[in-house]
Amino acid sequence: MRKLYTFHGGVHPDTCKAQSNGRPIAKAKLPSKLVIPLRQHVGHGARVVVEVGEHVKKGQIIGQAEGHVSSSVHASTSGTIAAIDMQPVAHPSGLPELCVTLIPDGLDEWVTLEPLEDWRGIPHSDLRHRLRNAGVVGLGGAVFPSDMKLYAHKHKIRTLVLNGAECEPYITCDDLLMRERAEEILMGAELMRELLHADEVLIGIEDNKPEAIAAMQNAASKHSSMEAIAVPTIYPGGGAKQLIRVLTGIEVAAGVRSTDLGVQCFNVGTAYSAWRAIRFGEPLISRIVTVTGNVASPQNFEALIGTPIAELIAEAGQLPGTTGIIMGGPMMGVLLPSDKAGVIKATNCLIAASDALFPPPKPVLPCIRCTRCAEVCPAELQPQDLYWFARAKNLAKAEDYHLFDCIECGACSYVCPSNIPLVQYYRFAKSEIWAQQAGQKAADAARERHEFRESRLEREKREKAEKLAAKEKAAAKGASPPVTDKQNAEPVDEMQRKIQAAIDQAKAQAATVKPRNTEQLTPQQMAEIAEIEARRARIREIAQASTDAQPRE
Amino acid sequence: MLFSPYITKPDSVSKIMLQVLFALIPGVILYVWFYGPAILVSILLASVTGLSTEALMLKLRKRPIAPFLKDNSALLTAWLLALSIPPLAPWWLIVVGTMFAIAIAKHLYGGLGSNPFNPAMIGYAVLIISFPSQMTHWLAPVGLGSAGLDFQSQLNYILKGALPDGLTLDGVTMATPLDTLKTQLHMNGQMQSILEMPIYGRVAGVGSEWVSLGFLLGGLYLYLRRIISWHIPAVFLITLFAISGAFHLIDPARHAGPLFQLFSGASMLGAFFILTDPITSPATPRGRMIFASGAAILTYLIRVYGGFPDGVAFATLLMNICVPLIDAWTQPAVFGRKDER
Ligand code: SF4
Ligand code: SF4
Repeated sequence: MRKLYTFHGGVHPDTCKAQSNGRPIAKAKLPSKLVIPLRQHVGHGARVVVEVGEHVKKGQIIGQAEGHVSSSVHASTSGTIAAIDMQPVAHPSGLPELCVTLIPDGLDEWVTLEPLEDWRGIPHSDLRHRLRNAGVVGLGGAVFPSDMKLYAHKHKIRTLVLNGAECEPYITCDDLLMRERAEEILMGAELMRELLHADEVLIGIEDNKPEAIAAMQNAASKHSSMEAIAVPTIYPGGGAKQLIRVLTGIEVAAGVRSTDLGVQCFNVGTAYSAWRAIRFGEPLISRIVTVTGNVASPQNFEALIGTPIAELIAEAGQLPGTTGIIMGGPMMGVLLPSDKAGVIKATNCLIAASDALFPPPKPVLPCIRCTRCAEVCPAELQPQDLYWFARAKNLAKAEDYHLFDCIECGACSYVCPSNIPLVQYYRFAKSEIWAQQAGQKAADAARERHEFRESRLEREKREKAEKLAAKEKAAAKGASPPVTDKQNAEPVDEMQRKIQAAIDQAKAQAATVKPRNTEQLTPQQMAEIAEIEARRARIREIAQASTDAQPRE
Repeated sequence: MLFSPYITKPDSVSKIMLQVLFALIPGVILYVWFYGPAILVSILLASVTGLSTEALMLKLRKRPIAPFLKDNSALLTAWLLALSIPPLAPWWLIVVGTMFAIAIAKHLYGGLGSNPFNPAMIGYAVLIISFPSQMTHWLAPVGLGSAGLDFQSQLNYILKGALPDGLTLDGVTMATPLDTLKTQLHMNGQMQSILEMPIYGRVAGVGSEWVSLGFLLGGLYLYLRRIISWHIPAVFLITLFAISGAFHLIDPARHAGPLFQLFSGASMLGAFFILTDPITSPATPRGRMIFASGAAILTYLIRVYGGFPDGVAFATLLMNICVPLIDAWTQPAVFGRKDER
């Protein structure tokens, strides 16, 4: 028996997985249209390479990866490009993104794929390039481009952790994938291990999935140094940091790269997609999505990326009384602003919510410092203190108390007897701090620009005077070399880019703190929410102001 | 359903407080058994006063009344105060104490969750400073006083201040076992002979030792239901045991043994119900241990050298002052940063 470690805290909500894990994965019907966002991953959005009216084949690149961290986007089926415009996307921010709308022609005709019989002889940089072009990103929710995580690091990577824990209630897509496609997952894991030069592959699966464990153990027995391990069922045991801790005993602090400690972690679904991409040349154009909650027959579907969420839910038979759609699980998922958006690579689960399943929140009482939140916090924080600081807008103190180590798992809110939406406060405080930093950076940049301009003017003046003097002195001498600001200007651009990134992040974060309902709240809380709203408006202003202040040099 | 998480554990402040009230019941039953039903009258008076003061203050502070009244915290404060003061006392004693606890110690400091001091102990402190004589007339255990008092006469005294003809207050009440010990030692009594007085039972006072046992049982229930953690009660009782044991070993003639201290006065009530009040105690495990051991030492010193009959209340209040400091000092290391300190 392998020695397993534990982490502090955790909770045991009802798993609610039995509803959807009883049926095999079904292939979702070809939808009426596909809405495919060009940025479904962390990093740069892909650059559109098709035009409206163009006919595309299944698997054809419609958005080319661009920039360092980016990933390609593909047509999920064959058909005609109907539009390229801003559309609501399945993202907590609710901000529209550039999307390609594709009307299927029903033929589902593939482009010519480039399969690889044997990848072992292929240079690793080629393999990474293939993964990037195939749009393979982390399917556990982080949607980070996988090629970027598959470098042999300067630190030796000992362990590749494959995450099949799936700790969030309701979600069963990884469970079913492991039951049905264990061999291919492990082929992918083998490929990843090779790219990382890792010694071993540890697959962590929560012990409430005996079928998946059996399937994976059976498949793992065919590989050397691979082991599928049953880990205790506890939320958030499937968080990368928590699973790494349980399997290896290593604690990866916030802001530390796990690879620096010799571990890399991937979701099982990502390993599967990586394998399909390398072996068969298939880009990531579909994924397994659990459709559950207030539906007639909860089930897992293999759905094309871009499938309108409403159409996918309809396949499971949405029941009356549905109040909204949650993407993800009930602990960390997001209530989607619209069910018109398309399935994206991060869509692991869609839950039709109803008042019966998710009752409206109970009235909030003051914190009684019962520390139930601290007892369950996997990051070992003091959520009651963070709450206090966030409320008092004592942001420096909140940072001191490691606000940014909070993984927003929601365990604290789950247990709070005073029904305080703790995580909301943390998100709010984080976004405030980001906004401040963005504001600070913008201010710094403005000051620097100003100083730069001043010094340039001065220099020009000086040079002009010198030139004049030189001319007067010796008219016969050759002209002085042309003055250029290019080299000095570049750092400013670089800074602008960073500022923009920070602002975007702040914007996106600010949007997530949006309260959608104000029923059942005491006047005090309403006042508090109003205050938060006002602050958020200010964040937007700051962001806006610094965007306006683009360099005009 | 506003934002994640969309599910919550079915737990509430109201239920937690209810469990604590429930855990007081064994102690209360033993109380009635040994001292008669007068305590029930105190508890009732305290409860009514507590709830109405709470409602009034919420109204004055323009807070929603229903959700806060239902949180049961005012009721708990009322019960704890009633159990800390003599049951046979004029009705206004408990009423004044409870009103002060709720209105001043709780609401003027910001209400539930914001009060730095344990409201019940503030109520106790105010009463013992303002009305010291009423606060020292404790009911004698049934059969011990020079005269017994039936419930009718107890009620009469509480409400009207009248005792049956021929009876004096001193005849039906007595000092607590702790107080008696202190007075007797002052009068140069010998420990051995003092403890042979009829007021003392197996380990501490007749009756009161049983009531303490009742609170101990209730406290264990709270621990098992995970309403409280072990840190405060265990460290408090162990420290009290250790310090009284040490004094007893050095000078047994003037210091009662550790078990006497554990089962006297408000030791058990304090360990499990008063010091553990989450609002006024530290939040970190290490902080709780520091807090509890400080409270135990202060309790002992006040009992032995102070001028008050018991030390738990003042020890609690003194340690309450230190809570923010203790919390700040004892922040635990967070995940992945264990070796940063
Ligand atoms: S669980 Fe809620 S009430 Fe208890 S300490 Fe944490 S925030 Fe306060
Ligand atoms: S949301 Fe943050 S503070 Fe709350 S339990 Fe999770 S990590 Fe801890």
